[in-house]
Amino acid sequence: MYKIIKKERLTEDKDRFYIKAPLIAEKARAGQFVVIRINEEGERIPLTIADYDRKNGIISIVSMRVGKTTTLLSGLKQGDSIQDVVGPLGNASEIKNFGKVICIGGGVGIATMFPITRELKRAGNYIISIIGARSRDLLILKEEMKNVSDELYICSDDGSQGYHGFVSGFLKEYLDKDLSGRTDKEISIARVVAIGPAQMMAAVAEVTRPYGIKTIVSLNSIMVDGTGMCGACRVEVGGKTKFVCVDGPEFDAHQVNFDLLLSRQKIYCNDEGVCFDLYKHKCKLPYNN
Amino acid sequence: MTEGISKKELKKEKIPRVPMPEQDPEKRSGNFNEVTLGYTEEDALREASRCIQCKNPKCIKGCPVGIDIKEFIRLIGEKKFDEALEKIREKNGLPAICGRVCPQEDQCEKECILGIKDDPVAIGRLERYVADREMKHIAEGIKECAWSGVTKKCTKEKVAVIGSGPAGLVCAAELAKMGYQATIFEALHKPGGVLVYGIPEFRLPKEIVLKEIEYVKSLGVKIEVNMVIGKILTIDDLFKNGFMAIFVSTGAGLPYFMGIPGENLNGVYSANEYLTRSNLMKAYKFPECDTPIVKRLHAAVVGGGNVALDSARTAKRLGAKKVYLIYRRSEEEMPARDEEIEHAREEGIEFQLLTNPVEIIGKDGWVSKIRCIRMKLGEPDDSGRRRPLPVEGSEFEIEIDVVVMAIGQGPNPLLASSIPDLNLTRWGNIKAEAVTGKTNVRGVFAGGDIVTGAATVILAMGAGKSAAAAIDEYIRTGVW
Repeated sequence: MYKIIKKERLTEDKDRFYIKAPLIAEKARAGQFVVIRINEEGERIPLTIADYDRKNGIISIVSMRVGKTTTLLSGLKQGDSIQDVVGPLGNASEIKNFGKVICIGGGVGIATMFPITRELKRAGNYIISIIGARSRDLLILKEEMKNVSDELYICSDDGSQGYHGFVSGFLKEYLDKDLSGRTDKEISIARVVAIGPAQMMAAVAEVTRPYGIKTIVSLNSIMVDGTGMCGACRVEVGGKTKFVCVDGPEFDAHQVNFDLLLSRQKIYCNDEGVCFDLYKHKCKLPYNN
Repeated sequence: MTEGISKKELKKEKIPRVPMPEQDPEKRSGNFNEVTLGYTEEDALREASRCIQCKNPKCIKGCPVGIDIKEFIRLIGEKKFDEALEKIREKNGLPAICGRVCPQEDQCEKECILGIKDDPVAIGRLERYVADREMKHIAEGIKECAWSGVTKKCTKEKVAVIGSGPAGLVCAAELAKMGYQATIFEALHKPGGVLVYGIPEFRLPKEIVLKEIEYVKSLGVKIEVNMVIGKILTIDDLFKNGFMAIFVSTGAGLPYFMGIPGENLNGVYSANEYLTRSNLMKAYKFPECDTPIVKRLHAAVVGGGNVALDSARTAKRLGAKKVYLIYRRSEEEMPARDEEIEHAREEGIEFQLLTNPVEIIGKDGWVSKIRCIRMKLGEPDDSGRRRPLPVEGSEFEIEIDVVVMAIGQGPNPLLASSIPDLNLTRWGNIKAEAVTGKTNVRGVFAGGDIVTGAATVILAMGAGKSAAAAIDEYIRTGVW
C-alpha cells in the first residue's frame, strides 16, 4: 500500500497527490511514469511522475477525472492509500543543453511537462513555455511553469485567458514571427517538446514539420503491465512497431503514426462507459458527473 | 509377448486407465471453473493399482526433477496419502500445480512401461490427487496445516530472486530450506508469474497457486511485489544492500508478433495481453472488475502451443461463437499438451491446421478478416519437425473480429539490458551454465524461460532447484 501524504485540488477535475514511495522517488527522472492500481478489482493505469522529492521519499502524480479509475482516485484523501504503485517506468527525457527549447503542455499534460521543463532549464536551455487548457479555470501549474521558463505563454480554447485558440495555433504564429525576424532565415529553436492530448501533439508535429525542428512527444497509450510484457501500448514510429512503455514514452513526433495512436486509444471507450455507469449507479452518483 | 514382463505385470495391464472426471464440454465452455475435477479416492486407488512397481522405474528418469514416482504411487496404493505427498515434496514443492500443467505425456508417462501396450499410469493425476487431498483436508479442518501461520526464520546470507514464476518460487524455496534469507522481487502486483498471469483459471485455479505460494512463504521466503528490478533497484543496488547472490528468473515476457500487415488494428492482441487481462486482471468478470477485454463473436488464435489453446478456450468462454485455431504445421507437431488439444476440440474450437496468416484486414480501425495461406510439410528443420511451406495460390479469408497472436514469447530485455556486461544469446536469452545457472557476471545466476526460451513449468522449476544448490555452494566457498 502506498500512502497519500498530501492531496491538492488543482482544478475542479484535476488533483495532485503526493505519495510515499521512497524507492521510486530515489530513482525517478523527468519523463518517467508509474502504473497504479487503486484496489483489488482495479485496473492498472499509467500516470506520469509529475515530480519527485528524493529527500523525503515522495513522488507526486496529477490525475484528471475521466473514467471510473480516475474518479475513484479523485475520491481518495490525505492519509488514504493506493493499493499498488510501480515504477519508475519508461525512459527518462533526454536532458541536454540544446539551446532554445519550446516546451508545450496541454491540459493534464502540463503536469508531465513541468519536471522536464525544469530539468531542461537546469541544463542551461532558454525555455519558451506554451501551456494551454480548454478554459482558464482548467489550467494547471501556471506558477510552477513560470518559475522554470524564460518566456511563458498561455492559451485557452475559449479565449478566457491568453491566446484564444490551441497551443499549436500559437506555436505557428510564434515560429513564423521568429523566422521573419531573422536575416539568416534559420529558425532559432533547437527543439520542441510537446505533451498533451494526442490530437494536440499531432497538431504540433504538423506545425514544426515544415521548419524541420526536432520535436519530441510523450505518448499516452493504453497499458497493462508497463514493462514490455503485453504489447497493449504498441504504436507505430517510423513505420516500425514500438512499445510506449519500454521504447518510450518519448518519440520523435515527426515519425509517430498519430492516427493509429488515436484509434488504439479508443479500443475500450464503450466498455469504460459500461463500467463507469455501473459504478455511478451503485454509488448513486449523478450521471452527468 | 514382450520379454521380461511377468504374468502379474500383464494382468495389471488389463485394468484400464481411470478417466479424469471433467465438467461437461458444453457447460464448461461457458464458465471459467476448472475443467478437470480430479480423481476421487476410489479413482486414485484404482489407478495406483495399475502401477507394476518396475524394478528399474523409467518414469523417474522422465521427470525433470526426479520425483520418486514409483514410491509415491506405492504409498497411494497403501492409502498412505500424506506420506505419498511428502515423497513428492522431497523433489517438488508445487505438486498441485505440476499435477495439472506438466506435459506428462512427454515426460514421466512417456517412459511408463505400461505405455508400450496400453495407456501409461496417470502419474500426473495421482500427483494432483494427493496434493488436492491435503488442501481439501486442511480447508475442512480434518488435517492441521503444518505450515499455516508459521514462518520459519532463516538466518544465513541474503539471496535475491528476481521473478516469482515457477523457477523463482522453487529456487527461493530451496534456498530457504537451506536457511538462506531469500527475497523474491516480483514486477507485477501479484506473485506467481506465468502461473497467475498466463495459465487460465479453468486449467489452474488461482486459489491453488495462492496456496502453493503460501507454502513457499512459510519456509521463510519474503516476496516483494511491484518491484521492477532494473528500474527501481539495479543488480548493483541489490549487491550493495547485502544480497550475496542473485537468481534471475524473469521468464519469457516479451510477446512476439508475426510482422504481417494489420497487426496493430484494434482487436488484435498478443496472447500475453489477452491472457493477462483475463487471468491476472480478471477481465472475464468485467464490469465487476475494472479491466476490459474485447469480447466478440468470431475469434482467431494463431499458434499451436499451450498458450494458443489457453487463448482460444478463453475466447470461447468470453462468449465467442466461433473460435479458429490457426496453426502452420499439423496436429502432430503441436507443442501443446495432448489433454488441452482434446479439451479444446470438445469445446468446439475449430482447428485450421497447416494454415498461416498472411494479413489481418481491418475496417474502421478494427480487425474484420484474416487472410491465410494453406501450408504443406517439407523436410525436417532445426527443431526436427517438418518445415511448413506455403501452398501457392491457396489464400483464403476468414471473417473474424478478434485475433490473438500466440506464436511464442521471447525474453523480456528490461532487466538484462540494465546489466551491461551480461552475456546474452543472439535471441536475447541470458547465457547460463546448464546445471548451475551461473552467468558470466559474478554472483548472478539465471534459470527458467529467460535462459531456455519459452518452455514448461517443470523445466523452470528444475532450473530453480539446481541453481539453488549452486548458489549455496558459491556462498559457502566463494568460488565462482
